[in-house]
Amino acid sequence: MSSFKEARHLFHFAGLFVLAFLVLLVIRHYYVPRSFGEYGHYRGAAIGEIGSLPVKFAGHQTCESCHTDILDVKSKGRHAHVNCEVCHGALANHANDPASVTPVKPDTAVLCARCHTTSAAKPKGFPQVVPADHSNGVPCQTCHNPHSPALDAGGAK
Amino acid sequence: MNISRRQLLVLLPAAAVAWKSVLAGTPEDSPNYTMSDHWWGMLIDIPKCIGCGNCVRACATENDVPDGHFRTWVERYNVSDEDMTNPHVISPDGGKEGFPVAEEDGEKYFFVPKMCNHCVDSPCTQVCPVGATFIAPDGVVLVDPKYCLGCAYCVQACPYGCRYIHPQKEVADKCTLCYHRITKGLTTACCEACPTGARQLVDLKNPKDPIHEFLRTHSVQILKPQMATGAKAFYNGLDGSVR
Repeated sequence: MSSFKEARHLFHFAGLFVLAFLVLLVIRHYYVPRSFGEYGHYRGAAIGEIGSLPVKFAGHQTCESCHTDILDVKSKGRHAHVNCEVCHGALANHANDPASVTPVKPDTAVLCARCHTTSAAKPKGFPQVVPADHSNGVPCQTCHNPHSPALDAGGAK
Repeated sequence: MNISRRQLLVLLPAAAVAWKSVLAGTPEDSPNYTMSDHWWGMLIDIPKCIGCGNCVRACATENDVPDGHFRTWVERYNVSDEDMTNPHVISPDGGKEGFPVAEEDGEKYFFVPKMCNHCVDSPCTQVCPVGATFIAPDGVVLVDPKYCLGCAYCVQACPYGCRYIHPQKEVADKCTLCYHRITKGLTTACCEACPTGARQLVDLKNPKDPIHEFLRTHSVQILKPQMATGAKAFYNGLDGSVR
């Protein structure tokens, strides 16, 4: 009889553990995000959230779908593989609303020099000049068309 | 009495588990993009890099990277013949505004763009205590800003120094490989803004990607291969002095 009584105590105690486990399950249900564990030990919905952030660089394909005249000039010149937004900056706003967002023309004195200023660290085959010696302060686009920079391609646009 | 209690003990957890699975949400839909079809990486062609800093500026614009922190940056190495294992490295403001002119002095100079290597066995995801950073099924290492505690364990774990704690959000932040762009068929902001093609987004699961031909025909290296991170930023023409 006495051993049966002790066993009852153990069952009560085990019951407490089971109850605590059930409470844990209920808490987990409310606190663990639904998509946690969908793909691994993380919140699966985070992937979609990160993927839906706004785009700021429209991409050259978007630019070229409207500015075909520039593409024609550019594709024949040395800057054929330089994307539009390399120089013009992020313009997804303009692509989404061309009427109200007008891009500002970049300052060639800063822009051209950034890539083409002579430095020993640049690849040897890359066209480089010392801007002060090269043009004496004359703006680059006087002689070069940035979209097709070779001299025989003519001056600025 | 005893039997019914036992039955109850078995039934209750089973019911709780069943209830949870009934209420589980449907996976978020991402149109025209299947994660398992891609395995993203980056090709960095050092002989093409001119150190203009366009990638650093483009990344900051695209991803609202706070000043003084970088998801990508460019380093300029200066290696002398006498001491090839101790290069002099500069990266003023991450190369955001370009670099000072290097005079021709008989020493070796070159630029090295750096970014998250989106490692296959990434140390940063392994140390996260809460599952806030992870490798997505398409091989991109991401941070869940809603789940991150900002403990910075991952910042210490990254052998490439590619993570930082966002000063306003107070969570870990890093290159997402422009996940919001590549899932829409665009390239990353840094690749879009690179004038020389020194950076190229690569998809190792796409058999038509030129990366396969490139890897076959060039001497390509990853950073710190001894760390066994399985880095997916492939460097062409990487100098032995680069750390």
